[in-house]
Amino acid sequence: MSDNEAGIFTTMNSVVFHVDELTKIYQMGEVQVKALRGIDLKLYKGEFTVLLGASGSGKSTLLNILGGLDTPTHGHVQYGDNDLSAAGEHELTQYRRYHVGFVFQFYNLIPSLTARENVAVVTEIARSPMAPEQALKLVGLEERMDHFPAQLSGGEQQRVAIARAIAKNPDVLLCDEPTGALDSKTGVVVLEALQHINEQLGTTTVVITHNASIANMADRVINLADGRITEIRTNPTRLSAHELSW
Amino acid sequence: MRMQALAIAAVIASGVSIFIMSLSTLDSLYETRETYYKNHNFANIFASLKRAPVSLVERIQEIPGVNKVETRVLAYVNLDIPDFKDPVSGHLLSLPANSPGLLNSIYLQQGRLLNPATDNEVILSSEFAQAHQLGVGDSIRAVINGRSRNLIITGTASSPEYIYQIAPGAMFPDYKRYGVLWMSHKPLASAYDLEGAFNNVALTLSKGAHTQAVIDRLDDLLKPYGGTGAIDRADQLSNRFLSEELKQQQTIATIFPLIFFGVAAFLLNVVASRLINLQREQIAALKAFGYSNFAVGLHYTKLILLIVALGVIVGGGFGIWMGKGMSNLYMEFYSLPYMVYVLKPQVVIAAAAISMTVAVTGTLHAVNNAAALPPAEAMRPEAPTVYRMTLLEKLGLQKFFSQPSRMILRHIERRPLKSFLTTLGISMACGTMMTGGFQEGAINHMVEVQFNMIQRSDITAIYTEPASRRSLYSLRSLQGVDHAEGFRTVPARLKFEHRFHRTSVQGIEPTGSLMQLMDAELNRIYLPENGVILTDYLAELLHIEPGDLLTIEVLEGNRTTVQVPVIGTAKEFIGTNVYMQRAALNRLLKEGDVISGAWLKIDSIHQNDVYTELKKMPRIAGVVEQKSAIKAFYKTMEETILFFTFITTLLGGSIAFGVIYNSMRIALSERNRELASLRVLGFEHREVAFILLGEQALLTLFAIPLGMLAGYGLCAYMAFHFDTDLYRVPLVLGVKVYAFAALVVIVSSIISALLVWRNLKQLDMVAVLKTKE
Repeated sequence: MSDNEAGIFTTMNSVVFHVDELTKIYQMGEVQVKALRGIDLKLYKGEFTVLLGASGSGKSTLLNILGGLDTPTHGHVQYGDNDLSAAGEHELTQYRRYHVGFVFQFYNLIPSLTARENVAVVTEIARSPMAPEQALKLVGLEERMDHFPAQLSGGEQQRVAIARAIAKNPDVLLCDEPTGALDSKTGVVVLEALQHINEQLGTTTVVITHNASIANMADRVINLADGRITEIRTNPTRLSAHELSW
Repeated sequence: MRMQALAIAAVIASGVSIFIMSLSTLDSLYETRETYYKNHNFANIFASLKRAPVSLVERIQEIPGVNKVETRVLAYVNLDIPDFKDPVSGHLLSLPANSPGLLNSIYLQQGRLLNPATDNEVILSSEFAQAHQLGVGDSIRAVINGRSRNLIITGTASSPEYIYQIAPGAMFPDYKRYGVLWMSHKPLASAYDLEGAFNNVALTLSKGAHTQAVIDRLDDLLKPYGGTGAIDRADQLSNRFLSEELKQQQTIATIFPLIFFGVAAFLLNVVASRLINLQREQIAALKAFGYSNFAVGLHYTKLILLIVALGVIVGGGFGIWMGKGMSNLYMEFYSLPYMVYVLKPQVVIAAAAISMTVAVTGTLHAVNNAAALPPAEAMRPEAPTVYRMTLLEKLGLQKFFSQPSRMILRHIERRPLKSFLTTLGISMACGTMMTGGFQEGAINHMVEVQFNMIQRSDITAIYTEPASRRSLYSLRSLQGVDHAEGFRTVPARLKFEHRFHRTSVQGIEPTGSLMQLMDAELNRIYLPENGVILTDYLAELLHIEPGDLLTIEVLEGNRTTVQVPVIGTAKEFIGTNVYMQRAALNRLLKEGDVISGAWLKIDSIHQNDVYTELKKMPRIAGVVEQKSAIKAFYKTMEETILFFTFITTLLGGSIAFGVIYNSMRIALSERNRELASLRVLGFEHREVAFILLGEQALLTLFAIPLGMLAGYGLCAYMAFHFDTDLYRVPLVLGVKVYAFAALVVIVSSIISALLVWRNLKQLDMVAVLKTKE
């Protein structure tokens, strides 16, 4: 990929992730599965990137490695000055703890904690977090802070998850199919929250989806297929979340 | 799943093995005893007398119901063992020429029978020979009717009449200080001027004979010859002792397996239910494919039964092996010629049946629930559990708790039943551990009370025949004897309403210092001039209270029967006795100042000199040393109760571990997703471990005091059931007992936690992100 394709961010923002020849091979019994085949990629500060691809394209694997949940078989991942690919388990945990916010398809909230407490679980171990209440306000849930996940709708739960992810003031926000379990109306609300945070806090945001419409709200869209990047395109104009439909 | 299945199987195996071990050992002991008694013609009735002509046998034979009769000569002797300074005594029993005896036939274990032509040969009881490492060809000195004789040992033997050998005046066997010897009839009779006469008789009954009637007739016959009252087999000392022992075994054999099965059952229920619950989706899939509820239920039932079957097989094998081992131990302990190991099929079937029933009924509920769900619903996650504020939070204390701590508290509170059951399981394990330890403390207390507070003499000297109280002077004058007190003992049959008890009446000096009666609070009681004081247990047996009149049938001397008021009861852990003032007893027996023996206090420097002198005195039949009596008591207790508690401690520990480990493993499975999510969010391994293990630790902490309570109850139940004529085990629970039980639970928890800690390292963060609840 050339710097040209990097869009408006190249000249103005620093590189957050530098991915070099990234390969991931899984051993499934006797079969070798090549999830990623030599990915080269740069992600810039403040970008809103969408990873688009069908099931099995390797997008989740890429996200997991970027998030420090998995390690590459070959190649390098540089986060700022740090080589993630050479990091040990403890260092990766620290990396996730202080630098990364995760949002998952199935929310993964702690059922025995209220919305506020779910956010607090993370802010308690962060270095310079915002108050849980503030994070929840950012996603529009200040009225529902003391409810348990079981008492919240899918959309509300996902917004709690987002609040949880951003409350630690992470450098990076990684979202794996954040609207995958939601209907389109609720999905839009969630995407609005992500957009809002990306614009307001300038958090580098990477969203995985198989839904092409969502790509229209990104700065850049990275297409993956069979473990390879097939296309990187820049959106000349970003659509707002509420302008999306699927 | 495999580890948990194994843990469950292990707990079942523990229950089954202890069940089979206890019951098979018990059955074996009973069977062996019956066989031994039968094969060796163990008599039904025994009687001692002063002297009667052999011709009396014809009249004894004529008593309706009598089958076989054998007359014998029995004599108490003092023994001299080379290199053994303590007083040793025993009794000689006559054997007919070239015969092991018509009744109570001896079983020769080494050597040969006696040569009737010689007069210095003797057969030793095996236990006594073993205790002193004497064998065929060795010699032993005995004071026979005042004359010191050198006897050659021609063999060692055991006898159904002397499975236990207990000295007169003693309560427990002490094989180093008391033994039974057999001698040819002619020389023994000759030494005691009993040629053509006998002073001991044994007889067997024919089928359908009425024991009491025969005893009454026999007593009438022997009365003019100084008969002291015939006893039937049940009262024969050795048999009685053995029966009490077997009774204890029975208690142990029933209580312990029940406890183990109970805990195993509970554990299985909890674990299996939770495991099945985790498999909801698979069940749903099966049902979607068309499997019926019944088919699904059957599948899981088969799984449970498989685990139980494994436990039963392993437990059964182990139980049989332990049972055989224990039976062999008993064979050696009782010097039985053989041990018939009996494994009744009912025992194995019962073990298997109980295990299976318990397993199936417990898991039936969960299987039913899972199988009855409509497939679609089962494939959805369980309705999210409703979490609530905990009590602590309602009180506003939440600011003291971090989120992880709140997770722990909420998790416990939201499933109170499950949390309680886990706690209960651990507390049962803790309680079981206590039963293993309490006996030691109890036994120490028994010794403290009986031998330091009640019986304070150093030596008990038993006379061959009651003698004048003036005989005390010769004892007091011995160098080394600080103090001597006389006592009068007579065998008697007690009667109150329709209840009987055979024991002895002890006449003691009311203000004596060497024998002090205690009340329940261990304060001294002084004997009143008239009336009697009973051992508390004896009063319970007879259902008699202070104020009631006790009928005493004296079985010696003029054989009077009197009625005396019961004035009170005395606390005693060992024996069942009736106490009255010695002078009052003398008056009752219409004799002068007579004593049956004396208690002596001696100074330790002159100990050996005192023994030497006492050995020389012909009027002294036997000497029992307090210290050795205590040792003998400990030894008896060790071999019966304490060995068993070692096994239960072992198995109790395994149950503790089984319950705790399983609880943790299942908690891990159930909360896998939650914990992995936290790892993704940046929680360190140890922080996540805190959440899981912290909950377990809290439950365990609650379980320990609960367990101590349960253990107390269990020990009280056992102590109550251990009560026999011979001894009562008090409920004395020292700190050590509680501490040990708590320690085992804590150690099991730590080990389980370490194992689960390792499992936590393998949380799959990647997989958890793609799965629903």
